[in-house]
Amino acid sequence: MPLVDGFSFDLTVIWAGIIAFAVLVYVVLDGFDLGLGMLFATERHRHDRDVMMNTVAPVWDGNETWLILGGGGLFAAFPLAYSLILPALYAPVIAMLLALIFRGVAFEFRWRTERWRGVWDLAFIGGSALAALAQGITLGGLLQGIEIDKAGRIYDGGWWDWLTPFSLTVGVAVMVGYMLLGATWLVMKTTGELQERMRRRAWPLGVGTIGFIGIVSLWTPFLQEGYYNRWFADWRVALAGLVALAVLAIAALMFKSLTVHNHEYRPFILSLLLFALCFGGLGVSMFPYIVPTEVTIWEAAAPRASQVFLLVGAAILLPVILAYTAYAYWVFRGKIDPDTGYH
Amino acid sequence: MLGSFDAVLLARIQFAFTVSFHFLFPAFTIGLASYLAVLNALWLKTRKHHYLDLFRYWVKIFALAFAMGVVSGIVMSYQFGTNWSVFSDRAGPTIGAPMAYEVLSAFFLEAGFLGIMLFGREKVGEGLHMAACAAVAFGTFFSAFWILSVNSWMHTPAGFEIDAGTGQFLPTDFWQVVFNPSFPYRLAHTVTAAYLTTAFIVGGVAAFHLLRRRRRGQRASTATRTMFSMAMWMATLVAPVQIFLGDAHGLNTLEHQPQKVMAMEGHYGSHPDGAPLYLFGIPNDAEQRLDYAVGIPKLSSLILKHHLDAPLAGLDTIPDEDQPPVAIVFWSFRIMVAIGFAMLGIGLWSLWARWRGRLFEAPWLHRAALAMAPSGLIAVLAGWITTEVGRQPFTVYGHLRTVDSVAPLAAPAVGASLVAFIVIYFAVFGAGTFYILRLMSRPPVFDEPTLGESSKGPVRTAGLTPAPEEAARRPRAAQPGE
Repeated sequence: MPLVDGFSFDLTVIWAGIIAFAVLVYVVLDGFDLGLGMLFATERHRHDRDVMMNTVAPVWDGNETWLILGGGGLFAAFPLAYSLILPALYAPVIAMLLALIFRGVAFEFRWRTERWRGVWDLAFIGGSALAALAQGITLGGLLQGIEIDKAGRIYDGGWWDWLTPFSLTVGVAVMVGYMLLGATWLVMKTTGELQERMRRRAWPLGVGTIGFIGIVSLWTPFLQEGYYNRWFADWRVALAGLVALAVLAIAALMFKSLTVHNHEYRPFILSLLLFALCFGGLGVSMFPYIVPTEVTIWEAAAPRASQVFLLVGAAILLPVILAYTAYAYWVFRGKIDPDTGYH
Repeated sequence: MLGSFDAVLLARIQFAFTVSFHFLFPAFTIGLASYLAVLNALWLKTRKHHYLDLFRYWVKIFALAFAMGVVSGIVMSYQFGTNWSVFSDRAGPTIGAPMAYEVLSAFFLEAGFLGIMLFGREKVGEGLHMAACAAVAFGTFFSAFWILSVNSWMHTPAGFEIDAGTGQFLPTDFWQVVFNPSFPYRLAHTVTAAYLTTAFIVGGVAAFHLLRRRRRGQRASTATRTMFSMAMWMATLVAPVQIFLGDAHGLNTLEHQPQKVMAMEGHYGSHPDGAPLYLFGIPNDAEQRLDYAVGIPKLSSLILKHHLDAPLAGLDTIPDEDQPPVAIVFWSFRIMVAIGFAMLGIGLWSLWARWRGRLFEAPWLHRAALAMAPSGLIAVLAGWITTEVGRQPFTVYGHLRTVDSVAPLAAPAVGASLVAFIVIYFAVFGAGTFYILRLMSRPPVFDEPTLGESSKGPVRTAGLTPAPEEAARRPRAAQPGE
């Protein structure tokens, strides 16, 4: 494979960008879904729970399709990375898949039964919490590095390697972050007392999110030398300082807008910005590795013929998909009527 | 090494379990999506109200089945990597792209238009609503197209070369990859199977309500009679087509995967002057023979080679390490064929009853149709097992062995996740099946409540739902059985 070939080089970077984009869209879209699922636990009234669920019911399935695109895209464009990462993170990935089953069917099943509604509510809460935790652990497990055999094509570690204080910390961090997204989403989509409660809950969740961003950001550079050099070597330390300042500035704006009564969209947008910034930071840490410090995107890339074949479809279909996703959100813009969808 | 064989076997059981469970939902919803599109078109064309009632009746069931198909499908998109990582690394460059096309062209299409199909009739107008129904039906078909292309490639790989260094299958011609030799046959046979599956479920539900009405001495509604009649037309017309397609698929398999056909037919030994068609027998792998065999002389040669005395090679010509397990393939094939002919029988029986004008007054036909309601699902699974187990011991037929495809996982990891999958699938999808059966136990009524009205809330999977004000305006009926 001509790695030095300029065209091949570009396509691989484009595909890394597409995968990263799919994962970011997934995190942004399903993040608030899952956070809302966890916040279900704090709202005991059926009325409030119905309203909360109705804010995402029209869009959750489309949101989750991005997760399939992330997995399918990785398989197609970087099959080696797909086959190294998934066995290494076997337990959290399987846990996430099972959790998403509970979470997904709860949307349908809880309206179909009176007697078992509590059970499906519990499935919704537990599924959302476990899926978020497992996604964070997966990220942490990937960041801390995975064991690979000498030939570089097979995972060579045990099935509990992913379990470290770091991966668990990232897991909890993602849970808290998703709950912040969920709370600010609900500030945007609901009214009255439910909205006020969410506004109040966003405070500790926001503080927790910033705290965890700080902990994970300071911990990551000490996991591997490569990360340290990315962030703290010579002039780069200034860049790191700028990113930290940006996080704090966005956080300050978010907290401020939480105190302003008629700022309803702003907290959500700002918390999304926080996530996007963290995602960008991840990119700085990882690029050009797809399995950190072991395998680069070029080493893991599918041959050019595969990249081209899929890129033709992606270039045509992704904009169309984005257009009708945006349309669906446009149709459901604004507040959820508390009297909708239940009796 | 510690239990490397066990890990392979557990991984195989896990994949077989998760994919079989998943397959049941699309096998039903592929046909149901088309049925709903047809019902909606008939309503628009004739303005006869029972078509609209039937659409509303089945769309509720569709929403539940589709949701279960989605969540069990997400599992599949990661199972390749978690349990079959070496296969994924090797085959990914070739089949990864067609699989990603399934996501881009099918999953997003379904997710985007399902909501309009479920709730959008008033909101977007009937023309666009009809287009959405068609889009969902096409989405399910595109999904079948891509995934069956990938599956067929694993049976009859084409359009690739193997990289000497990495062992990867590198694509040389994607046209050949996608349209590999067994794909057209498999696609036609499988999609037709999905249509028959739906037809028999619809027919079984209709028969149930015909029988119940009859016991009460009442006449069934037009909607119930219409759905029984439509389902029986499908059985009459499509079951013979399916038998023809199955035969063509079998001949294609004989050409490309002869040992699978040997296992299906129970041909341990070669038959130099005409092979018998074994109707029954107990495969005995240890002794390499079919015990208690009952067969019709020369018929297998006639079917497979269209000549009574044509020689047919047996498994004795195949090295032991390349032979599929015979017993499973032998039995699953017979179950599938038996159900296929039973479907043909129902189709002919209903045609005779129809000709005599007694289609709705034939309780034994209705009982038989009710008993056959799940037969399509069983046949689909049996056929799937036949083709997949018959491909063993390879994942990519002739090129990559199953034992060399598996992820480097310890047996306890695979075993633990397998137990979790089994417990959770039976609990969750068991509950979902119960909700579907409860919906089916109620007959379609005049002015059938819509999806939003029939339940306490929006039973929607995705996409667009009615605007809040519109949903709030509608009166809601209590759901029976709650």
